[in-house]
Amino acid sequence: MSITTTKPTGTPGGKPAPSDLRAARLPRWSPYVIALGSLAVGCGIGLAAGLDSRLQWGLIAALLFVGVSYILSATVEGGRQAKDRLATSVVWVMFLLAVVPLASLIWETVERGSKVFDGYFLTHSMGVVADDEAGGGIYHAIIGTLQQVGLACLIAVPIGLLTAIYLVEYGRGKLAKAVTFFVDVMTGIPSIVAGLFVLSFWILILGFDFSGWAGAMALSILMMPVVVRSTEEMLKLVPNELREASLALGVPKWRTILKVVLPTAIGGITTGVMLAIARIAGETAPVLLLVWTTPLINTNPFDGAQGSLPLYIYQQYQSGNQAGYDRAWAAALALIGFIMILNLVARGIARWKAPKTGR
Amino acid sequence: MAKRIDVSGLNAYYGSHKAIEDISMTVEPRSVTAFIGPSGCGKSTFLRTLNRMHEVTPGGRVEGKVMLDGDDLYGSGVDPVNVRRTIGMVFQRPNPFPTMSIFDNVAAGLRLNGSYKKSELNDVVEKSLKGANLWNEVKDRLNKPGSGLSGGQQQRLCIARAIAVEPQVLLMDEPCSALDPISTLAIEDLIGELKERFTIVIVTHNMQQAARVSDRTAFFNLAAVGQPGKLIEIDDTERIFSNPSVQATEDYISGRFG
Amino acid sequence: MDIPTDTPPTPAPVQDDRPTPAEQKRAARGATRPGDRIFLGLSRGSGIALLAIMAAVAAFLAYRTSVALADNTGNFFTTFEWDPAGISSDGKPVFGIAVLVFGTIVSSIIALVIAVPVAVGIALFISHYAPRQLAAPIAYVIDLLAAVPSIVYGLWGAIVVAPNLTGLYSWLDDYFGWTGIFEYQGGAPRSLMTVGILLAIMILPIITNVSREVFLQVPKFNEEAALALGATRWEVIRMAVLPFGRSGIISASMLGLGRALGETIAVATVLSPSFVINASVLDYGGGTFAQNIASKFSEADEYGRDALIASGLVLFIITLLVNGAARLIIARRKEYSGANA
Repeated sequence: MSITTTKPTGTPGGKPAPSDLRAARLPRWSPYVIALGSLAVGCGIGLAAGLDSRLQWGLIAALLFVGVSYILSATVEGGRQAKDRLATSVVWVMFLLAVVPLASLIWETVERGSKVFDGYFLTHSMGVVADDEAGGGIYHAIIGTLQQVGLACLIAVPIGLLTAIYLVEYGRGKLAKAVTFFVDVMTGIPSIVAGLFVLSFWILILGFDFSGWAGAMALSILMMPVVVRSTEEMLKLVPNELREASLALGVPKWRTILKVVLPTAIGGITTGVMLAIARIAGETAPVLLLVWTTPLINTNPFDGAQGSLPLYIYQQYQSGNQAGYDRAWAAALALIGFIMILNLVARGIARWKAPKTGR
Repeated sequence: MAKRIDVSGLNAYYGSHKAIEDISMTVEPRSVTAFIGPSGCGKSTFLRTLNRMHEVTPGGRVEGKVMLDGDDLYGSGVDPVNVRRTIGMVFQRPNPFPTMSIFDNVAAGLRLNGSYKKSELNDVVEKSLKGANLWNEVKDRLNKPGSGLSGGQQQRLCIARAIAVEPQVLLMDEPCSALDPISTLAIEDLIGELKERFTIVIVTHNMQQAARVSDRTAFFNLAAVGQPGKLIEIDDTERIFSNPSVQATEDYISGRFG
Repeated sequence: MDIPTDTPPTPAPVQDDRPTPAEQKRAARGATRPGDRIFLGLSRGSGIALLAIMAAVAAFLAYRTSVALADNTGNFFTTFEWDPAGISSDGKPVFGIAVLVFGTIVSSIIALVIAVPVAVGIALFISHYAPRQLAAPIAYVIDLLAAVPSIVYGLWGAIVVAPNLTGLYSWLDDYFGWTGIFEYQGGAPRSLMTVGILLAIMILPIITNVSREVFLQVPKFNEEAALALGATRWEVIRMAVLPFGRSGIISASMLGLGRALGETIAVATVLSPSFVINASVLDYGGGTFAQNIASKFSEADEYGRDALIASGLVLFIITLLVNGAARLIIARRKEYSGANA
């Protein structure tokens, strides 16, 4: 098999074989020191040049950090290592770039929202409060949001669950493929389009009035694909042996699904539904088109305009005065709090109910 | 070209779990050393400590010394990148880069280490593919993706890729376990040729293979599941397979366990 | 009807459920039971209902659009005006989406240009750089970013972020003002650029999550091959991770684009809209489809709403195409990587 290989061994181009394993390295602590140094210099430049925005200080520091690490590494460690360091520092900077907005957003919401956030705020409506007056609260909006989200769940959860069961337990052919594809596409429908759809058929064509129910229908369209996807994932995790064991005992398929498959996956399904609720509870656009809004308490979602938490924030912001801003931030705090709690509980359930694997 | 490896007092861990304990041995240059032993005895882990691939695994760490002609691989100031450049490795599953052509696969290691002229690259690629007994089969389709080759050809492509950078040592982690018997034979022949130029260490499950290709054989074992693996003995292959000095080795070789 | 309805193919419901051989065996005894038939009917019915909803969305929007376009005296695609009530033209409705197309595309492109590199960076950070104990909490933080409602992003963007951008914008104007794109006259920076920055933050999580999934799927043995050749971490990423993940990054970006195109309330809160096309992205003005619908809705009469629905249909079709393409790329990638595994 050996044809001929008479060429002299050795690396081409006369480059020396790297017999030495050692390489000059920057000390381990150098990235930290460079980071601190860049931060200090960045702030210094910012102060000296009188740049009023902290954003710019940060950007200057980040650029300095990336540049200095690269140059230092290039001189001490050589080109390849320098490129590696460049990538590392850029990736770190990218990560920090993402954390800054989240931290700022949460900080500002808590800081500004806590001004008027109290028991009174939670238990009163805006019925007798003028836009530019202080006072009032979000009671009517909380009721509206809870009812709309609840109704949306009543529509979306059964359809979503059954569709997921169909896809995992029955679906094989073209219909299943089409459903899978359009569920994916449906995830990307802009919320305002869902709102426009319900607007066109429920309000413009069938002639009904604005109501919490109309909003709930649009929200359910947004919720369905999320429920389908998460349920599908969970059902797929149920081991086939369980199904076969049950079927082998002579249990019909539908009872197997109801009594064996669903209970096994119920933790994950609950998590998925709660995350879907968290997603739609913050939707403003469809509510804006379909629920209209009212400063008064309306406990009947099927009759007339209702309040809604996200819409409340939007309107208080639009009123354009300090009292409105304060209420907007406080309502934002309430909304974020609600969604974060949902998220945490959902994840808690997921962890607690996670199918125990072998290891 | 080829270098000697001296290991002394080597322990390797996965997190808090000790995978291998207190291993000392010498690997002779220009020879084939085979590691055999039951699954889980740490022979693959040990192999990966020889080019500092073990520490890539999350939680992986190593204590002890591995001397390559007097240079400690784990000494301070040693760059693991240089270590891996000097000590090549071939894996259990053929792993050519799926997005690269056959040519680019072989040239990948060289391109990392600076710029070469096209003609230089051509020479090295041809030489390496010939060295891996693959040249005749692929010379007309060097620009096709490497993933289009058969399993055995892919593995020889990976060997070509490893020897293209002219390493001192070639580590092979069960290189034939995913291959059919004919491809296995081709690789075994190749190992016989490569030992003229490289120090070769091969981990194998297959005792006949160890007997066929290796000059020296090391037997690893573990006291019980969860216990660290240990080196039981290392000796000339002929002696290990005919008259080992430890009873456990004989039991393993004669198929009484493992 | 001027605009083609984008109706999903109506599937034939009967021959669709070809069972696998294993299922045929399983179903041999059970299929005729009434319980099984009812249950199958219900679950298949839900799937069909879902398709029907998608078809209905397209059909109803298209119908109202046809009503709106019948009386429009302007060209729907080229008119730089939104006056369905005909206030400035003796009651003759004139409206078109030219400004909205421009604003939507510009703000989404800005968002993508900022978000994609950052998101890929974060995804790499989580999959390849972060210390192992940190990776999960960081992924969780990114998920939190996705959980924040868009109205809160809007509020934060308008009150906190926008005032902080004047300095950056003046700086851009000083050095890049000559391009015309970065001219800044001063004033509240509620421009397409600000919208783009905000959208970038909002689409960061989805791009990050999809890219991270793909990066984590890179077979370990491919990375080890690169490492064993003596590659640095960055070289491993360039040789083994990025080529493998390229199509994943593309589809992730398109999913993000879909989000950015349709984002409503955050844009409506931050942007100070106007119906002119402004070459500079830093000066206020412009508008997007979704923002225009939200802002104009409360003062629109019934015909005005139809006009807004017409613009909504265009948005629907665009997002449908973008999302569909992204999903197709992902699906194809799965087959490809499956064949190699």
